[in-house]
Amino acid sequence: MPDPVIAAFSCILAHAPGFVRYGSKPSREIADRPALVLSAIEGHLRGFEEVVAYPPNQVFIGNLKPDDLHGIGQPWYDHPVFPAPRRGPYGEIYPEELLLGMIKLADDFGLVEIEKDSAPVLQGLLESHPFWRGADPGRIGQGVDPGRVDGLIEHSGSLPLFHGGRRVGCVNRHHDRDDNLKAHVLMENLLAKASGALALKNLLRSADIGGDGLDLLLNCSEEAVGDRYNRGGGGLAKAIGEMCGCVASTGCDVKAFCTGPLYALLFASGLVKAGLYERVAVVGGGSLAKLGMKFQGHVARGMPILEDVLGGIAFLVTGDDGQSPVVRLDAVGKHDIGSGSSQQNILESLVLKPLDRVGLKVTDIDKYAVELQNPEVTVSGGSGNVPLANYRMIGALAVLRKEIARQEIDRFVREHGMPGFAPTQGHIPAAVPFLGHAMDGIRRGELNNAMFIARGSLFLGRMTQLSDGLSFLLERNPGRRK
Amino acid sequence: MEKQSTIKKLVDDLGAQDLVVVIGAADPEVASVTAETVTFGDPSFAGPLAGVSLRLPVYHILEPEVKSAIPAEIYEEQAGFLELVADTEEIGRIFREIRGRLETA
Repeated sequence: MPDPVIAAFSCILAHAPGFVRYGSKPSREIADRPALVLSAIEGHLRGFEEVVAYPPNQVFIGNLKPDDLHGIGQPWYDHPVFPAPRRGPYGEIYPEELLLGMIKLADDFGLVEIEKDSAPVLQGLLESHPFWRGADPGRIGQGVDPGRVDGLIEHSGSLPLFHGGRRVGCVNRHHDRDDNLKAHVLMENLLAKASGALALKNLLRSADIGGDGLDLLLNCSEEAVGDRYNRGGGGLAKAIGEMCGCVASTGCDVKAFCTGPLYALLFASGLVKAGLYERVAVVGGGSLAKLGMKFQGHVARGMPILEDVLGGIAFLVTGDDGQSPVVRLDAVGKHDIGSGSSQQNILESLVLKPLDRVGLKVTDIDKYAVELQNPEVTVSGGSGNVPLANYRMIGALAVLRKEIARQEIDRFVREHGMPGFAPTQGHIPAAVPFLGHAMDGIRRGELNNAMFIARGSLFLGRMTQLSDGLSFLLERNPGRRK
Repeated sequence: MEKQSTIKKLVDDLGAQDLVVVIGAADPEVASVTAETVTFGDPSFAGPLAGVSLRLPVYHILEPEVKSAIPAEIYEEQAGFLELVADTEEIGRIFREIRGRLETA
């Protein structure tokens, strides 16, 4: 049986400035120095138009190619793209009002309360969007009295929701002594569900199939959904699928830190190839915890807070259609427990071993997609340029293999790599944002193949000192003529 | 953050006079922030070395002073790959500048 293909791809961004204060880093800093930190954050938030025109975001939704960033001056936030459509070939950038409406639509337990002044606006926006026109407007309802929200925040552990500097409602806790059902955790989970649903809806539109056209959903979001007895138990795949009308699909969550999307893709490919399922969608929603993660560096340098968006990704894995690029299952790279943890060991496992298996050289791969964090976000926070460091290491492997000379590393990086353009949302930058660009590049005949490499920091959970990684090779479908 | 705590504890336990810090980060920006942290204090004011100026001499593993102190075979095995990857000239410039500031400050 031929290898499976990636038939469709989607990625979305949801602007979430009112949620930056609830990111992990900002919320800890606000707890220490509330007035000072909050006013610093609010003074450095971007408007929706700026977010849409931000060059890396235009790359993310596919209106620009990653390499186009080489031609745009830095800082990129000072060089907005014009014109900057909010829709692109891979997805859309959504305003915060739509995200707020979405978390209310995602709420099956009375967790979200919207104030009556704001409810009609959110409802109107949802109804005017093609995805949610048929959704039950009663979900938003008439809205509640602000006095009720005051009481819930003061006495019942609810957290206020903000938009445009104004309170528009709250998220409630669902148990008074269960940390996993407190308002902050439920907010995190609802945002992952809502942004995942936006990515999945967009995928269904791009694949031109109805929700009932899928038979398995794998969710690779990082959020640990569950209660006090089963933190991280899961269930987000089916929750997202339910929102998108995937009535003929089952699903489960796949967790592996930032390597999650690649594991999910690998499982989806294996299950399709084995004939257990025909059409499997992988979906990942965004991560509240990472909003404003590097805000201190941004504020200190007088930059806007760039971590103000939630990301969402989805892709569709099916049997060979004779057209779409193929996931070569004989060229999957894995980082074994015994592989060793040096950078060289990891990359040999992920890059050289799979290439050796199929008789390819490092320079035979047209483009490598690594962790694609936007360097403008990370460099100012002291974390360096993550993709560039990885590309230089892959170049060094080519030097060790005597495929290129040492002085050619920079050229290798330029030709086989790309600037990072993804928001620092954990699993979202994990190579897969390049999928759409790779599929289009292969379709246009500009690329023959691309290797996707993601790595995960398992040690963050304090259960092992190990890290992780996975890679796969996407190739032109042999049934398709160049 | 944990590494900042470790360095601070070493200084508290052993004193600063016989300590040298060797940084291994390949990214010049990251290496520079780390070096700054153990000499003049955490510039992000986020960790245990916020406002703590330990004034420890700092070198990068890829600088010739460190390379010459390590047996060649071991150096090649442990740091050879990093040497290929990193911009050693830029790293050398940054670290000489930080040590220079340490002497004059």
